[in-house]
Amino acid sequence: MLTLLFDGVAYGMLLFVLAIGLSITLGLMNFINLAHGAFAMAGGYTLVLLMQKAGWPFLPSVLMAFAVSALLGLLLEVTLYRRMYQKPHLDQVLFSIGLTFMAVAAVDYFVGSTQQLVQLPEFLKGRTELWDGALGMGHYRLAIILVCALLAMGLQWLLVHTRFGAQLRASVDDRRVAAGMGINVNTIFMATFAVGSGLAGLGGALGAEVLGLDPIFPLKFMIYFLIVVAVGGTSSLTGPLLAALLLGIADVAGKYYVPKLGAFIVYTLMVLILMWRPQGLFSRGNT
Amino acid sequence: MSAVSDSLRSRAGARWWEFAIWLLLLVLPLLLPKHSLLISEITIIALFAMSLDLVLGYSGIVSLGHAAFFGAGAYTAALFAKHINPDPLTGLVFATALTAVLGLVCSPGILRGSDLTRLMVTLGIALILQELANKMDQITGGADGLQGVVMGPVLGYFEFDLMGQTAAWYALAITLLVFLMLRKLVHSPFGFSLKAIRDNRLRAQAIGIPVHARLITVYTLAAAIAGLAGGMQAQTTSFASLDVFGFDRSADVLLMLVIGGTGWLWGGIIGAVVFKTLHSMVSALTPQYWTFWIGLFLVLLMLVGREKLLRPWTWGRRS
Repeated sequence: MLTLLFDGVAYGMLLFVLAIGLSITLGLMNFINLAHGAFAMAGGYTLVLLMQKAGWPFLPSVLMAFAVSALLGLLLEVTLYRRMYQKPHLDQVLFSIGLTFMAVAAVDYFVGSTQQLVQLPEFLKGRTELWDGALGMGHYRLAIILVCALLAMGLQWLLVHTRFGAQLRASVDDRRVAAGMGINVNTIFMATFAVGSGLAGLGGALGAEVLGLDPIFPLKFMIYFLIVVAVGGTSSLTGPLLAALLLGIADVAGKYYVPKLGAFIVYTLMVLILMWRPQGLFSRGNT
Repeated sequence: MSAVSDSLRSRAGARWWEFAIWLLLLVLPLLLPKHSLLISEITIIALFAMSLDLVLGYSGIVSLGHAAFFGAGAYTAALFAKHINPDPLTGLVFATALTAVLGLVCSPGILRGSDLTRLMVTLGIALILQELANKMDQITGGADGLQGVVMGPVLGYFEFDLMGQTAAWYALAITLLVFLMLRKLVHSPFGFSLKAIRDNRLRAQAIGIPVHARLITVYTLAAAIAGLAGGMQAQTTSFASLDVFGFDRSADVLLMLVIGGTGWLWGGIIGAVVFKTLHSMVSALTPQYWTFWIGLFLVLLMLVGREKLLRPWTWGRRS
């Protein structure tokens, strides 16, 4: 029971780090980026390829995964995404589906369609049992929770206590007024997009062992990222965090207790929540 | 007043080329008997795209899960033929009615919230149904697909043949009927009120259009037509599998509509023909990686603006 809760929290934390970039993109530019999972996949493959082909150790590879995805996000933002902000949502959706399809096929072509395995370093293997096995904690999952919690706190601090965070919040609230006050919204967004993509890559790298990694990763998990954002709302960090935890726990518990229903519970829950509160569970007021 | 109604009515008439194309389409299974199966496949997809156009092009609702209704229709028709009655038309009516009810039940989800909410609800419904079909494997056959469907002859007279000529005519005839009905519909006051809702929902409400009732009606109708298309697909292939609910299917049909142009009935037909032709050409070259080229096509199309695709004379201009 507690073990399930623990696994669910680890899963949820991972989803939070994966989806937070999407949430910011959506809140800031009102851009529906279905290709977000592709950045996560880029991070995951960076980790796997660095470890397998170049023989890098685990930790530097994780950092590199962040850097590569962030760079990729930066490049694509400047060259492609920037032109799509003013277009209707349908165009944005099709554009990002197109990017996702390209990413899936490209990875399939260059790396192959097999599931990738990650060799964890020794110090992250193993398991601690507490209270006669009532709570079993995999060390890797524990590390994931710690890292993601630190990241969440760091992001919260960045958002609330720095000048950049204030500018970002102002731009999310009202882009035109923010621009009028002399905030360079384009630069803010470029930086945010890069960091969001980097975090997705980091999540993809950390999650490669837990979630699995193959070329259809962006399509398989797209719905999960979107659930986090749609249910959590885009107005704060806590909304997506709670939504991600809820989703993680519901998914793990659902698959354990009623494996016959599989992901059915999660999808039904999402549809019902969105029918009940279309702006998300944790949104401020409604617009 | 009469000038307005004249100008609105002038567009409603069928042009000569529309008759010519439909005549050509109807004799196509005679001209190309070897490609009958492909003809029926494309026709069914075109009908599916038309039903999405009703939601997307005419009412402005972005749906990422229209395959939910296509799949529901397919499974209903296949199960109906297998367990209740092998007559195709009865099965089709049943499948259409059932998906209409499903559409009605799902329609509250598309009324409120932002585009993202609608995307998620439509996508979620398709996923729920896919998951259901997957897990209820004693009825649906699960991941293996529903096999052992034997169809009776159409109207008690025309057997489905191996060449697929009957299937092609069956699909073409029903699609033509729906096309005529939709043509009537979109040029009626009802159709104009939908466009008004799409263009400015607030204003439409202000001039007295019952927005929610209209959207529920059109969504239910679109679901029914998608179910009809799915039912025909299951009947002509005697098979239904999980991929009828797939995300790829919803995405493909969106792409078809965009190729053919949204907001006019021919868009779905043109899009389906072009898409299937492209598909078979590209996958003949690179069978495994054709999604890459489709993706590239989508990205480029969206960057230059999809409205330019159908208007070659604007290609030189900047948007």
